[in-house]
Amino acid sequence: MSKQPLFEIKNLKRYFPAKGGKTVKAVDDVTFDIFPGETFSLVGESGCGKTTCGRTILGVYPKTSGSILYEGEETAKMSKAQLRQFRRRNQMIFQDPYSCLDPRMTIGTIIQEGMNVHFKRTPAQRNEKVTELLFKVGLTADFASRFPHELSGGQRQRIGIARALAMEPDFIVCDEPIAALDVSIQAQVINLMIDLQQEMGLTYLFISHDLSMVRHISDRIGVMYLGSLVELSPTAPLYEKPLHPYTQALFSAIPDVHRGKKEQRIHLQGEIPSPINPPSGCKFSSRCPYAQDRCHEEAPALRELEKDHFVTCHLAAQL
Amino acid sequence: MNENAVNSIQEQALDPKDFQIQGADTASAELFARKPVTYWRDAWRRFFENKLAVVALCLLIVITLCTIFVPIFSSHSISAHDLLNRKQWPSAQHWFGTDDLGRDLFVRVWAGGRVSIIIGVLGAAIVAVVGCIYGGIAAYFGGKVDMLMMRIVEILSSVPNLLVVIMMSVVLESSSIPTLLFAMTVTGWCPIARLVRSQMLQISRSEYVMAARLMGVSPLKIVVRHMIPNTFSVIIVAVTFRIPGLIFGEAFLSNVGLGVQPPNTSWGALSSAAQSSLLYYPYMMFFPALLIALTMLSFTLMGDGLRDALDPKLRR
Ligand SMILES: Nc1ncnc2c1ncn2[C@@H]1O[C@H](COP(=O)(O)OP(=O)(O)O)[C@@H](O)[C@H]1O
Ligand code: SF4
Ligand SMILES: [Mg+2]
Repeated sequence: MSKQPLFEIKNLKRYFPAKGGKTVKAVDDVTFDIFPGETFSLVGESGCGKTTCGRTILGVYPKTSGSILYEGEETAKMSKAQLRQFRRRNQMIFQDPYSCLDPRMTIGTIIQEGMNVHFKRTPAQRNEKVTELLFKVGLTADFASRFPHELSGGQRQRIGIARALAMEPDFIVCDEPIAALDVSIQAQVINLMIDLQQEMGLTYLFISHDLSMVRHISDRIGVMYLGSLVELSPTAPLYEKPLHPYTQALFSAIPDVHRGKKEQRIHLQGEIPSPINPPSGCKFSSRCPYAQDRCHEEAPALRELEKDHFVTCHLAAQL
Repeated sequence: MNENAVNSIQEQALDPKDFQIQGADTASAELFARKPVTYWRDAWRRFFENKLAVVALCLLIVITLCTIFVPIFSSHSISAHDLLNRKQWPSAQHWFGTDDLGRDLFVRVWAGGRVSIIIGVLGAAIVAVVGCIYGGIAAYFGGKVDMLMMRIVEILSSVPNLLVVIMMSVVLESSSIPTLLFAMTVTGWCPIARLVRSQMLQISRSEYVMAARLMGVSPLKIVVRHMIPNTFSVIIVAVTFRIPGLIFGEAFLSNVGLGVQPPNTSWGALSSAAQSSLLYYPYMMFFPALLIALTMLSFTLMGDGLRDALDPKLRR
C-alpha cells in the first residue's frame, strides 16, 4: 500500500492509574497505520485494550506517550480549527446501544445534536436531513419523534450509525457495534455498515472479538494481547497461516477456520495476566506453549516476517 | 379436483388493487405519525394522566389555600380565649370544636398548617439547593476535593438526625420557624448532595456524553442538554419525597416540646396538646392528625406521579 495513511499510530501508550499507585497498561506500545477506505480491525479477548486504543486515537483519553498522526499531523498539536474539523470527520459507534443514546432525548434530537454544531441549516433543512439519515440506516421518518427505550437494540444501533453519519465523516471507530445484539440482527447491521462504507467511502477501525465477523468485514487485522499488538496482517494470510502462537490459539477456537486440517484446538493454560503486572519479556510467555528462556527475558519486536504480515514473536519463523 | 381448484383461481382475475391495505398510503401514514414532543412536555402530559397524582396535587392546593385564607377571613382569632366555651365538640359555631382555653380549633388547625407546610416546602427547597451546589462542586472538581467533601457528608450523615435537631433546638434556645428549619436541614441536605454527585458522575461518564464530546458539542451545551435534564428529574423526585419527612419531623419536635411556641401553633403542636385528653376529647387530636396524614400522603403520591412521569422508560 503506497497511499498516504489516514492515521499513523506509533508506539502509542495509554496507562491508567490503578489503586495503590500502580498503573494499568491498557495500551502498551502499539504501532500501526490505517489507510483511507480500508477496514482495519483490532481483535483480542475482552480487556486487552481495544476500546482504550480506539478512544485514545480519537482523543477521548489523552495518550500517555507515542504519537498519533492524522494525515501526517500530530493530533495532540492541532489548532482549534483543525480540532473542530477532526471532531467532524472522525466519529465513533459504541458497543452498548442502551447507554449511547440519551434516554431523555428524542431520536430526532439525538441525530441532530452534533450535526447542528458543524452545519448551518434551517430547522426545515435539519428535519429533512434527519429523515434522509433515518432512511439511509433503514428506518422510517416517524422514528424521529420516538424515545430510545421504544427501540430495539438493532434499531438503536442504527440510530448510533445515523448520528455518526450526520457529521459526514471519513473515519468511524466501530467499537464492537454488534456484540450486544441478537445474532439474527448482527448480520443486518454489519451489512448496513458495509453498504454505507462502499457508498460513502468510509474508513473503519473495527473493534471486535468475533473472529468470523471480522474476517467478513476486514481488509487488515491487528491482534492484541495485554495491550500490545502481537500480529498485524491482511485478512486472508492471517486466517490461512496465523504466525503468532496466540493468534493460532485464538483461531483454533473458531469452528470453521481449520476444518479438515489435522490441527487440534489449542487450549491455553492459565488465566490472562493482569495488565497491571504483565509478564516480563514476551507478554504471552506465561501461557505460550513454545516459550523458551529467551522469551521470559527479552521482549520480541514487531517484525515483518512475510510481506505486510508482521508478528511479535522470537520463534514465529520456526513454528 | 385439484386442477379445477387451480383453474378457478386463475379464472378470477387477480387485481393488485384488492391487496392494498386501506389507508396505508404514505400520505395518511404521515397523519398518524406522532407529533414531535419534547421530553418536558411529554413528562407533563404523563403526570396529568396519573389520576392519583392529580388528586393529590389538587388536595395539596386546597390545603394550602385553606392555610392561607381561613385564618385571614375567619371571624375567630387563633389566640382569643373564650373560657365559657372550653372543650366544645365540633358544632356549627366551631367546626372543629374548641380547645381547653376555648380557642376555635378550625382557625388554629389551618393556622398551624402554615407552619407545617412552610417547614416542609421551604425545608425541601433548602435541602435541594444546598445539596445540588455541594454535590455539583464535588462532582465537578473530582479527585481530592471530591473525596474530602464526600467524607464530610459521610460524617454528617452518620450522626443521628433527630439528635442533631434536638441539640440544635436546645443550643439555639429558640423555637421560631427559622431555627426549626435550620435544625432540620443542617444535615438533611447530605443525601441530596450524594445523589447529585453520583448522578452527575454517572452521566458525565456515559457514552452519550462521550458521543457529544466527540462530535465537538461544547461543554456548556452538554451540561444544559444532558447533565441538567438527567439530574434534575431525579432530584425533583427525591426532594418531593423528603417533604413528608420534614413535616413529620416538625410534628415530632413539637411533640417533645421543641416545636413552635404558643400562641403560635402547628399541626404537631396541636396534636401533642390534644394527647393528654385524647380519651375524652378525641376531636382535638383527630383534625390535626388527619391533616398531617393527608398532606404527607399527598406529597408521597405526587412524588410517585413525578417519578413515573419523568422516567421516559415508563412512557406509553
Ligand atoms: N477509564 C479507565 N480507567 C481505568 N482503567 C481502565 C479504563 N478503561 C479501561 N481500563 C482498563 O484497561 C484495560 C483495557 O480495557 P479495554 O480497553 O476496555 O479493553 P477491551 O475493549 O479490549 O475489552 C482493562 O484492564 C481495563 O480494566
Ligand atoms: S516470543 Fe516466545 S513466548 Fe512469546 S509468543 Fe513467541 S514463542 Fe511464545
Ligand atoms: Mg471494549
